[in-house]
Amino acid sequence: MELDIVELSRLQFAMTAMFHFLFVPLTLGLSIIVAIMETVYVMTNRPIWRQMTKFWATLFGINFVLGVATGITMEFQFGMNWSYYSHYVGDVFGAPLAIEGLMAFFLEATFVGLMFFGWDKLSKVAHCVVTWLVAIGSNFSALWILIANGWMQNPVGAQFNPMSMRMEMTSFFEVIFNHVAQAKFVHTVSAGYVTASVFVLGVSAWYLLKDRHIELARRSIAVAASFGLASALSVVILGDESGYSATHTQKMKLAAIEGMWETHEAPEPFNLVGLPDMEERETQFAVKIPVVMGLIGTRSLTEEMPGINELVIEAEERIENGLVAYDALMQIRAARGQATPAQTALFEAHSEDLGFAFLLKRYVEDPRDATQEQIEMAAADTIPGVPQLFWAFRVMVVLGFAFIGVMAYFFIRANFYRMSFPRWALRAAVIAIPTPWIAAEMGWFVAEFGRQPWTVDGVLPTALSVSNLSVAQVALTLAGFVTFYSILFVIEMGLMVKYIRKGPYLDVPETEAWVRKHRERLAGNGPSTQPAE
Amino acid sequence: MILHELVDFEILRVIWWVLLGVLLIGFALTDGFDLGVGALLPFVARTDVERRVAINTVGPVWEGNQVWFILGGGAIFAAWPPLYAVSFSGFYLAMFLILAALILRPVGFKYRSKRDDERWRTAWDWALFVGGFVPALVFGVAVGNVLQGVPFYLTEDLMPMYEGNLFGLLNPYALLAGLVSLSMLVMHGAAWLVLKTEGIVAHRARIFGGYAAVSTIVLFVLAGFWLAAGIDGYAFAGEVVTDGPSNPLMSEVEKGGSWMTAYGARPWIAVAPVLGILGAGLALLGFKAGKEGWTMIASKLSILGVISTVGLTMFPFILPSSIEPNSSLTVWDSSSSQLTLFVMLVSAVIFVPIILAYTAWVYKVLWGKVTSEDVLDNSDSVY
Repeated sequence: MELDIVELSRLQFAMTAMFHFLFVPLTLGLSIIVAIMETVYVMTNRPIWRQMTKFWATLFGINFVLGVATGITMEFQFGMNWSYYSHYVGDVFGAPLAIEGLMAFFLEATFVGLMFFGWDKLSKVAHCVVTWLVAIGSNFSALWILIANGWMQNPVGAQFNPMSMRMEMTSFFEVIFNHVAQAKFVHTVSAGYVTASVFVLGVSAWYLLKDRHIELARRSIAVAASFGLASALSVVILGDESGYSATHTQKMKLAAIEGMWETHEAPEPFNLVGLPDMEERETQFAVKIPVVMGLIGTRSLTEEMPGINELVIEAEERIENGLVAYDALMQIRAARGQATPAQTALFEAHSEDLGFAFLLKRYVEDPRDATQEQIEMAAADTIPGVPQLFWAFRVMVVLGFAFIGVMAYFFIRANFYRMSFPRWALRAAVIAIPTPWIAAEMGWFVAEFGRQPWTVDGVLPTALSVSNLSVAQVALTLAGFVTFYSILFVIEMGLMVKYIRKGPYLDVPETEAWVRKHRERLAGNGPSTQPAE
Repeated sequence: MILHELVDFEILRVIWWVLLGVLLIGFALTDGFDLGVGALLPFVARTDVERRVAINTVGPVWEGNQVWFILGGGAIFAAWPPLYAVSFSGFYLAMFLILAALILRPVGFKYRSKRDDERWRTAWDWALFVGGFVPALVFGVAVGNVLQGVPFYLTEDLMPMYEGNLFGLLNPYALLAGLVSLSMLVMHGAAWLVLKTEGIVAHRARIFGGYAAVSTIVLFVLAGFWLAAGIDGYAFAGEVVTDGPSNPLMSEVEKGGSWMTAYGARPWIAVAPVLGILGAGLALLGFKAGKEGWTMIASKLSILGVISTVGLTMFPFILPSSIEPNSSLTVWDSSSSQLTLFVMLVSAVIFVPIILAYTAWVYKVLWGKVTSEDVLDNSDSVY
């Protein structure tokens, strides 16, 4: 069996990217939660908020460092394992990555040191500003990464240049204001905020269950529930926005997510559950809700959404079209800079489908030699793994809605029930800690697995993007990453648990003094009065 | 958008070649001392408190420093995509080693002192040593290989094909270049430790720094003579188009001749190697005389000189191909498009001054020596 370089490289990329994204969402959200807490400290001057800031910042730091460390791999990997991709789209894809470094990563990385080491060296306000700069830096970082990723999903503002054999940028504004990127950005950072909120909520709930650090835990829940509720709503709304843009840009991905094989008369029903079957090309036992899919996908009752089978036929046409472009390209290249205007015009007329001709490279050296059967096979390759997408998407969505429920519940308890939380709810919050990570990983799976067989949708097939490496080399690094990352993960989890068990620093005497004073005041006002926030 | 045609393609390419140098030098000047401190850690600091002092001199700044490196990678990707594609895939396993070392390092800084356990801490100390020593050496090895030409070629589709292997990279000249880089960064790390610590750590750093400065000078000069006498240079054979499409296969290159012809054509570039040697010499005097501020500046000048020497000697070549010289990557045929270079230039013009300003502010806030009292008094919050 040929365990090929493409599969191994994909596996390595998926593994390292998903591992990286274990740390990123918590960084995105916790940085803001910590900044909010510190702002409250600066405004109210109450030491408990400083203690909270320092405590959550410690956990933030343990998490942050692995996000940074595993992020280096991400930046190297395009060149290491995807060198044809790097050459082919570096002109467009590289720019947002570099700007991310200039604008965002420098900011967060430079100030994160001061955030931890600057407590005694900076004024209160200055330190709070530093904390906000870290939060802003990490969130801007996500913006630029998602602009780069958005371009892979919807490659706007670029054109193929036959002289340099690559995609070149034609409009920077189209690249940054790509609506797919914008929707993805807000969806992704909101998901990060939800992750951090669930984390803060869960850890605080654990303290309440153990009857420890009550003051810290209650206030943390209040912050997490409000922030989390807003974010959970935003995740779902922007997720819907992403779905809506996919209707126009990635029809195949959307059809696959829905297990929608045949084009249905508008408005489309929504397959709530079912068993998509790749062989038979149908979704068995589908439970359909009428009209809903049409509303989500097109926001109309009359617009039709193409099913997978129709899209495959479309892909076949685009391959034929792409072959014309490919042939013209070969002639332009053979002319060595002396191409006739007719050749150039012919190429430009068909260049949009050049990528589809490349799909044939899997079957023949020169796509122009492909048989009709091979063209059909290549067209069928444009169907991603439907059952995987179908289910991953549903897991993500169910969790997304569940987060709204959890956050709303804790928000109401915190604000209208004087912070009294039933023990079952606290236990549920502890158990819920890992769930946002599952949702986030599922989300990335849907986005990237659903993009297959392309690295850049309609432009460059995955199979063509890889480096010319040996199977042994990639297998070696894959094994290296798995081992290395597993060790790091165990160490990180160990430290997280250790510092959660340890709780906040008790070396803040003023906090204790304040708590004592506060208790006295409470005693004076009657035992049922809750602390005024 | 016509705006980007304000700056000639040729000029943009030269600007981005300079900026690539600025980023690499920025990396060596900042993250360089972190790497040097890592490589020196087991030698200058023996007890736990001494090690924590050494680590905490870089504790608040290594993260920002490392971004120079990340940004260097990003800028290569954005401004020189063929260079990024060829070098990162060609040096595949070497890159993996650097990656592993660079991942160990941040984790080591952050996690080392989080447990009060001798074995845990010793293990991380070695991780920090490896994380400093390996990249400092491998970066030089990479440069040594680039000077000799790298065994790759480009297909008609511009797919990079690499014919060498990891052990081929470890040839004598490349190892010599690796030692130059290691000595230089150890010198820099020592200068930093002298500046930021006191007592025994500073004393040992002064001694090691002196050795490293001497070794930088000797090895750098040796590498220069070897380059002149024993290593083929590369040159364009035919007509050179400086503002054409970025396709390395469109120009003809021949191997042979000498890199040293650059010094005949542009004698002023001799400033760079002179600065490299002079800087290290001054650093040596600084270590001896106990002028810590001057030592740091001299060490910086030396790094500036050494790295510039490589770039200026090779210009306009960036990555020559030893097996098919026509595939060589040069400033004139391996850049991004005019628009991308322009957009990136605008971002750099906006953000680099801002970055320099806040970085300077952070260093100012953190000014002063790290002492064992600092570490012991804030045992919970520092590294």
